[in-house]
Amino acid sequence: MRKWQCTICGYIYDEQLGQPDHGIPPGTAWEDVPEDFSCPDCGVSKEDFEMIEAS
Amino acid sequence: MPKHGVVIIGTGLAGYTTAKEFRKNDPETPLTLITDSDGAFYSKPMLSNAYGTNKLPTQLATQNAEQMADTLKAKVLTHRHVMEIDLNDSVVLTQSGDNILFDRLVLAIGASPIVPPLEGNALERIHQVNSLADYARFRGDLAEPRKVAIIGAGLIGCEFANDLRRGGHEVSVFGPDALPLSNLLPAQAASELKTELGGIGVDWQLGSAVKTVNLNDEQFELILANGQSHQADVMLSAIGLRANLQLAKQAGLSTARGIVTDRFLQTSSPNVYALGDCAEVEGLFLPFVLPIMSAARALGKTLAGEKTSVQYPAMPVVIKTPAYPLVVSSPPAGAEGNWQIEETGTGLRCLLKNGLGQLVGFALTQDCVKERQALVKELPPLLNT
Ligand SMILES: Cc1cc2nc3c(=O)[nH]c(=O)nc-3n(C[C@H](O)[C@H](O)[C@H](O)COP(=O)(O)OP(=O)(O)OC[C@H]3O[C@@H](n4cnc5c(N)ncnc54)[C@H](O)[C@@H]3O)c2cc1C
Ligand SMILES: [Zn+2]
Repeated sequence: MRKWQCTICGYIYDEQLGQPDHGIPPGTAWEDVPEDFSCPDCGVSKEDFEMIEAS
Repeated sequence: MPKHGVVIIGTGLAGYTTAKEFRKNDPETPLTLITDSDGAFYSKPMLSNAYGTNKLPTQLATQNAEQMADTLKAKVLTHRHVMEIDLNDSVVLTQSGDNILFDRLVLAIGASPIVPPLEGNALERIHQVNSLADYARFRGDLAEPRKVAIIGAGLIGCEFANDLRRGGHEVSVFGPDALPLSNLLPAQAASELKTELGGIGVDWQLGSAVKTVNLNDEQFELILANGQSHQADVMLSAIGLRANLQLAKQAGLSTARGIVTDRFLQTSSPNVYALGDCAEVEGLFLPFVLPIMSAARALGKTLAGEKTSVQYPAMPVVIKTPAYPLVVSSPPAGAEGNWQIEETGTGLRCLLKNGLGQLVGFALTQDCVKERQALVKELPPLLNT
């Protein structure tokens, strides 16, 4: 499982946790996150995320 | 075949995002960015939650100018202050004497903090934070726990108040209005914000403007319109921003609150474009990240030869006050409405509805912030094609 970070506000999307509040169940791979996903903190789109080192 | 290519003035979010979007559509045409800063890429919103995210100013710069130049296949000219734009000869003149020719020019020169109208001898020593360099200086004064006075209870004032408390500083917030964020929030939400930030120790000194600030023996003394006096070690002013218009005015471009552009981000001169905190797009002055992202996406295409207009959906702004999570979507220009406030027990759902009962804006607090995504779909766009 990987983590993706918003390059604008630092929010981290953790594939393991998903984003249940936004209808994305735990375990959802980044590729399967809908294209219209936007950062829950600052609202920028999926393409403004970068993969970060899994910790 | 263009020779000089595209020149972008400014390497903030607007300048760099435009460059990135342009490169997606045109990998070849020469691209030059000019900035009076060091050209490092950083995310400005992170300045007001750096304590919360455990970041030092140096960690906020994620790429330096050289790395950016490399990824963008562009020239990035740093520490060059642009003095003048000559539209007849299509050339940009810098203070250090460079003449940079362009085929198309993008103004992404941002805004500047409004200088507070204060009497006293301390104005020069009051911080204003609108760049990473400003923030590094501010943090330099906060190496140990200090007593900080913030002037301005708007978005940035409230965010810093929350974040500086997390950093262990004493914080007082000053402003003439009775409630924080009073221009964005209905009174009930503003008053809860005040209470919750008060709960983490923010000291509110609202309802009377700061008139005079004096500095004696490294201690600030603030004197309010109502005669009260307060002390502080460090001061921050956050009373708003004004678009940088001087260059545009000097070049003869139309300006209003920002550099005036149409929906293609074109200024009153055909080969000159503007976006970001310096621009007013179709009458909208929106100094936030999301409008910049939408604008840069469109401009990246236009500059590559595929003329594309900006689309602004409703663009909620998350206010970074973790003590009282908040997200606000302001109504489109001219839309009137009445607040309907529902207390859910775990937050407020404030819906701004027009005369026809349609949703035109909202403010969601605490647990209700989760509803943002669903509600935003009901909102009218701010700018449509
Ligand atoms: C503390 C803080 C927190 C924020 N938080 C949020 C948030 O949570 N969400 C949100 O949506 N928005 C937020 N904003 C607003 C958002 O950060 C700005 O809208 C955005 O960063 C502006 O980018 P810009 O590129 O237009 O301007 P700037 O970042 O100001 O860039 C302007 C660039 O132009 C250069 N420049 C200017 N004049 C000249 C000249 N004459 N010659 C050469 N170079 C020049 C500057 O050096 C700089 O590189 C926040 C702002 C601040 C200050
Ligand atoms: Zn984000």
